[in-house]
Amino acid sequence: MSATAAAPSTVTGPLRPRRHPGRVVVGAVAILFFADLLYRIAMNEGFQWDVVGQYFTAPIIMKGLVSTIWLTIATVVLGFFFGTLLAVARLSQNVVLQSLSWGYVWFFRSVPLLVLILFTFNIGYLVPVIEIGLPFMEPWISMPTNSVITPLGAGLLALTLHEAAYAAEIVRGGILGVDQGQFEAASALGMSRRRTMLRIVIPQAMRSIIPSAGNQLIGMLKGTSMVSVIAVGDLLYSAQTVYNRTFQVVPLLMVATLWYVIVTTVMAWGQYYVERYFARGATRQMPLTPLQWLRGRVGALSRPSAAEPAGTEARP
Amino acid sequence: MSAAAALATTPAPATAAAPLVRIRGLEKSYGAFKVLRGIDLDVGRGEVLALIGPSGSGKSTMLRCINRLEVFQAGRVEVDGVVIGYRDAVGPEGPELRELPEREIERQRADIGMVFQNFNLFPHMTVLQNIVEAPVSVRRMARSAAVEHARELLARVGLSEKEKSYPRELSGGQQQRVAIARALAMKPKLMLFDEPTSALDPELVGEVLEAMRDLAEEGMTMLVVTHEWGFARELANRVAFFDQGRIVEIGSPDQVFSNPVNERTRGFLSKVL
Repeated sequence: MSATAAAPSTVTGPLRPRRHPGRVVVGAVAILFFADLLYRIAMNEGFQWDVVGQYFTAPIIMKGLVSTIWLTIATVVLGFFFGTLLAVARLSQNVVLQSLSWGYVWFFRSVPLLVLILFTFNIGYLVPVIEIGLPFMEPWISMPTNSVITPLGAGLLALTLHEAAYAAEIVRGGILGVDQGQFEAASALGMSRRRTMLRIVIPQAMRSIIPSAGNQLIGMLKGTSMVSVIAVGDLLYSAQTVYNRTFQVVPLLMVATLWYVIVTTVMAWGQYYVERYFARGATRQMPLTPLQWLRGRVGALSRPSAAEPAGTEARP
Repeated sequence: MSAAAALATTPAPATAAAPLVRIRGLEKSYGAFKVLRGIDLDVGRGEVLALIGPSGSGKSTMLRCINRLEVFQAGRVEVDGVVIGYRDAVGPEGPELRELPEREIERQRADIGMVFQNFNLFPHMTVLQNIVEAPVSVRRMARSAAVEHARELLARVGLSEKEKSYPRELSGGQQQRVAIARALAMKPKLMLFDEPTSALDPELVGEVLEAMRDLAEEGMTMLVVTHEWGFARELANRVAFFDQGRIVEIGSPDQVFSNPVNERTRGFLSKVL
């Protein structure tokens, strides 16, 4: 460009963002289709919404819901407890522990959860008596398996064995993600390996473990429905019990579905707060709480431009 | 002193009878690559020794052998008259060094402070928690006493008002000063600095060197891997020049920088000075 062209303008009026008419049209069409879908679901007589309402808080359903939540939390807590041990064993310097941990994960990730549940349910056939003691020694305690392994116990056992394998991989990934310099700094200060893990490494690994653990928790909530095959009174089994009597299959499945959705939502909500706690010191800006996120979204909708409102750069 | 030690051209200054750090015949390799090919070194009490040389010459590796962050294949490292990582014993073929249990090694490490190029502060802890952690968990110090000591150290490095900050919120220079305070909280006999200013913006180097200068003046024994010639010249009692896993020249800064005897030292210095 020649420098002798028009005199450079010094105008600095308001900066006007581009409009996006296409977005508005596509959005409107999508809303139309979605509204139609909602209308059809709401008006579909097959769902029998009155029956849904009638059983939504029925005692038997509530009892099933409590079992499902209890089973989910117990499984994930136990799964992550054993998973962490497996991950530490895998990362230890002992070749035997490494191999056993690898083998465990390999095996239990290969077996379908449903098959595992059926196996543990029939464990009394394989192991008629449970004995606690040292290898190849007389047991200290021994008791008949069927008195210990109730359907609920079998379900919990299968889910925990399965969950521990996945948790082990998640925890291992989290630990490997921590910078090598952190181990060195802790060692240089004279901290023991155990102390380093507990105080320095695991808290930092949590930041990448928590989102995956949240996924596992939500996945497990639905995974527990498989224990209904061995007659554990979880949410799905309770709904089945009712519809086996009343033949109102669809509305009762809808009752169970709605509860699964509600509990998942609550869990996902809680996950934000846990993530925020473990993000301390890691990011300059904290992840948004669900409420802040929602406010930001609603704010963005009402604005003409698609520009993000200030303060919402971080994805929740 | 052994015959091998005589290779070091200048003996340690006679600040005290016994050297604080004594290294003999140190060899270390990664697979087929020999990083250290027989290091002999004495560092006197209160001495500041600068370690210089091209990258890959083994200076950082030697530093990390002193607190056993690196395991070596041959040689002997002593700090304050005690062998690091091993104990003397008599085996079937004569005298040998037997590796100590992990707990003993941890105890030895606690007495040796280390400052890293990348600070390696614990990002999930505040500045104060970073400093207090090891005195409380390793030295079993009462938390209140540890906090009090930590505050004194923070005041010394000029960061009193930052105790509640997280490392991410500090500049590189501030982080490195916290790292120095964290190491000092263990009341170490010796401080190892592994390129403490290499990751810093030029305008932040001064504040870290300032903290190190104070430390040197208080009589702390310091081994410093550095590219800061100014610092080495001004503060180091001696400078050791490393090349291909050996100390090829060691002496006063004046001698090494202005009047190097060794061919390699001369070549290296002519390129970087």
